[in-house]
Amino acid sequence: MIPELGNFALALACCLALAQAVVGIWGAHRRDIRLMAATPGLAVGQFLALAVSAGALVWAAVHDDFSVANIAENSAIAKPLMYKISGTWGNHEGSILLWGLILSICGAAVSIAGKNLPSALRARVLGVLGGTSCGFLLFALTTSNPFLRIWPPPADGQGMNPLLQDPGLAFHPPILYTGYVGFAVPFAFAVAALIEGRIDAAWGRWVRPWALTSWAFLTCGIALGSWWAYYELGWGGYWFWDPVENASLMPWLTGTALVHSAIVVEKRESLKIWTVLLAIGTFSLSLSGTFLVRSGILNSVHSFANDPARGIFILALLALVIGGSLLLFALRAPRLASGGIFAPISREGALVLNNILLCSICAVVVVGTMYPPFADLLLGQKISVGAPFFNATVLPLAIPLFAAMAVGPLLPWKRARLLPVIQHAWWAALAAVVVSGFCTIGMKVLPALAFGAATWIILGSFAEVVERTLLFRTPVASSFRRARGLPIAVLGAAIAHAGMGVTLAGLAGAALDSQKIVSAKVGDSFTSGGYQWTLMKLEDADGPNYTARVATVYVKKDGVPLGLMYPSRRNFTLQHQTTSDVAISTNLLRDLYVVLGEERDGQAVLRFHVNVLAPWIWIGAFIMAAGGAISLSDRRLRVGAPSRARSTTEVTA
Amino acid sequence: MSFTRRHALMLAPLAVAGAAGVAFWKMLDRMSEGKFDPHALNNPLVGKPFPDFAVSPIGPGKGFTAADLRAAAAVKPVLVNFFASYCIPCAGEADLLGSLSAEGVPVWGIAWKDHQKEVSQFLDRYGDPFARIGNDETGRVIIDWGVYGVPESFLIDRNGIIRWHYAGGLSDDLVHDELRPALKAIA
Repeated sequence: MIPELGNFALALACCLALAQAVVGIWGAHRRDIRLMAATPGLAVGQFLALAVSAGALVWAAVHDDFSVANIAENSAIAKPLMYKISGTWGNHEGSILLWGLILSICGAAVSIAGKNLPSALRARVLGVLGGTSCGFLLFALTTSNPFLRIWPPPADGQGMNPLLQDPGLAFHPPILYTGYVGFAVPFAFAVAALIEGRIDAAWGRWVRPWALTSWAFLTCGIALGSWWAYYELGWGGYWFWDPVENASLMPWLTGTALVHSAIVVEKRESLKIWTVLLAIGTFSLSLSGTFLVRSGILNSVHSFANDPARGIFILALLALVIGGSLLLFALRAPRLASGGIFAPISREGALVLNNILLCSICAVVVVGTMYPPFADLLLGQKISVGAPFFNATVLPLAIPLFAAMAVGPLLPWKRARLLPVIQHAWWAALAAVVVSGFCTIGMKVLPALAFGAATWIILGSFAEVVERTLLFRTPVASSFRRARGLPIAVLGAAIAHAGMGVTLAGLAGAALDSQKIVSAKVGDSFTSGGYQWTLMKLEDADGPNYTARVATVYVKKDGVPLGLMYPSRRNFTLQHQTTSDVAISTNLLRDLYVVLGEERDGQAVLRFHVNVLAPWIWIGAFIMAAGGAISLSDRRLRVGAPSRARSTTEVTA
Repeated sequence: MSFTRRHALMLAPLAVAGAAGVAFWKMLDRMSEGKFDPHALNNPLVGKPFPDFAVSPIGPGKGFTAADLRAAAAVKPVLVNFFASYCIPCAGEADLLGSLSAEGVPVWGIAWKDHQKEVSQFLDRYGDPFARIGNDETGRVIIDWGVYGVPESFLIDRNGIIRWHYAGGLSDDLVHDELRPALKAIA
């Protein structure tokens, strides 16, 4: 009964989404106030219907209703409750429902938070969101319905891939999808602006918080995914340039560019056409990346059931959404007036450079990811593009980006001179050179440069804060007073940029990593990376739905005991699958990372890794997202109403 | 309104997306027809003569050499099947190989670094479809033929050229869609 309610709610949401699209766009076109006023209600209604639908699926999963095909295929009685719930979005059908739910949350959020928007713009934005939503809900209903029943129901389900039974991964999809889907809002704003044929500073101010929110979620989502790969797969790595990973990186790169170019629209009414294209492009990449993976075209370790028929539906949908918006762009964009002019060396110029470099990196990633299937199609060649290509092409583009990151925020708008700016940041540059120089002792050139760049970014990011607060030049109390008057967005940007520096330092730390693979008997000792590792015990242990083999490893450094580590191998009986459970001991400067491998003739294979600065990679990503969140709390962005916000902030400042 | 360079520039994103869309559509189309498989493992030796080799006796077989295979293929195209006694997909395709052999398609088997007792047991349990069997004792033959893993099958024509190749267990659909047309083409 409950699954049928869920199915009905899903169909209802699809109808409401269609109504939202038609009423919104038609109403705005006719300037019919009643129709335009009805769209927010429809958007909230669509959200409520999808919430009921998702709730029904969770109910079915929690109550082990194996007459629902999706639950029978992905759940089992013995599965812990948390994974029964998270399992509902861990498969194709459920993840499409989650996708739709998040899209409807975005629509409801625009309805509620967008009270200050002109009613025609709001109706159009909601109309575009509704149309997109309707397409995906139709996809769910026709080809990927999570509520399909099977008869007779099996006594127990087939269970979930053990690799996915992990707290980090349980929350990875919702956060990542919020990032992906959130970019639908800037996309809808861009399409609405193209329909209206008008873009001004206010448009930039409305788009930016949505882009920033999605960006922060996407950053966290990618970081969580790579962190999971690091501690769950047990390969010692965290980024494999796998098509699915690249699919999440592409919208992140263009989304980062969008967050920056929208500033230029807001402050200077320039780069409008480009920003609109970025908004369309970012959502298009979000869509095509995630959905092409499911069509089976991209060869990835992330498996979804591949079905060409499903692929055709997705492709038609993508053609409608992406093709339609780009057609509108081609027709309308030439008529958009471009605004303020600026010199190449200026804040605008720096932001343009940022955009060019980010989009070039994105282009490289797109080429590397898409080349194998295209080469196969056109030339009949089997090629795989791997890490060496990406490292060789992304790094040369990333280095100027890092160099410019710290200088850009210091440049004034319109026209600037580089020399005075560099004089302001001389101490950061000096520190970077010293760190680089120090690192060249016993390190290769590239990691040394990367450490220098990380220092430059972290210190340089705060150069503007130091400059504006006159820190060290006036009494501390005066600096503090100035800091309170500082726009929160400036602080947010500095923190986000510094986060990038922290991540970069973490990536560069890989150059100092060491690892050793040994075959060990109980009692054997080894030395690797300056640590002494001893295998103390090998024993069996039972978990809720698995049996495990646990090793006890005792770690010492220079005779000082550091503690015990328990790497294990888990055998999930239902799926006949074995996973390794890595033991990680961190002091935030380095990770000790031990993996237990196969066991044969009383000898167990053990891998010892010392990963220098590895935690910084993810800490940096969360600092970046936190910077974005802090920027969001800036009243100018939050209120989104230029006149009122400006007057109040200026009075208090 | 005249069509300017500005207009052309604004059309570029649509053109790029359109081209990508057409390519994806082609891929999906050919995937559903079974002509395009991005996960397929192709062998560069297809269309070329098979490499020189010799395999040693195992099970009921006395082993054979490249010359034996060339001579047999000159009479009738041969399906060469790489297998191993512990390999489950190999057991899975045994029936299919048996029926092909019964139809008169010569099937020759090469075991990978296998042992006398295990191979005999395997053939007893799952049937022996092989006209000749040999053992790749050193693992050299597998490397020279560019085999990804067992099971893997190669179709040799009358001139000793590899005409068709498949990495993985054979299925009814695969035999119907690919192997039979290939056999017909070189009959």
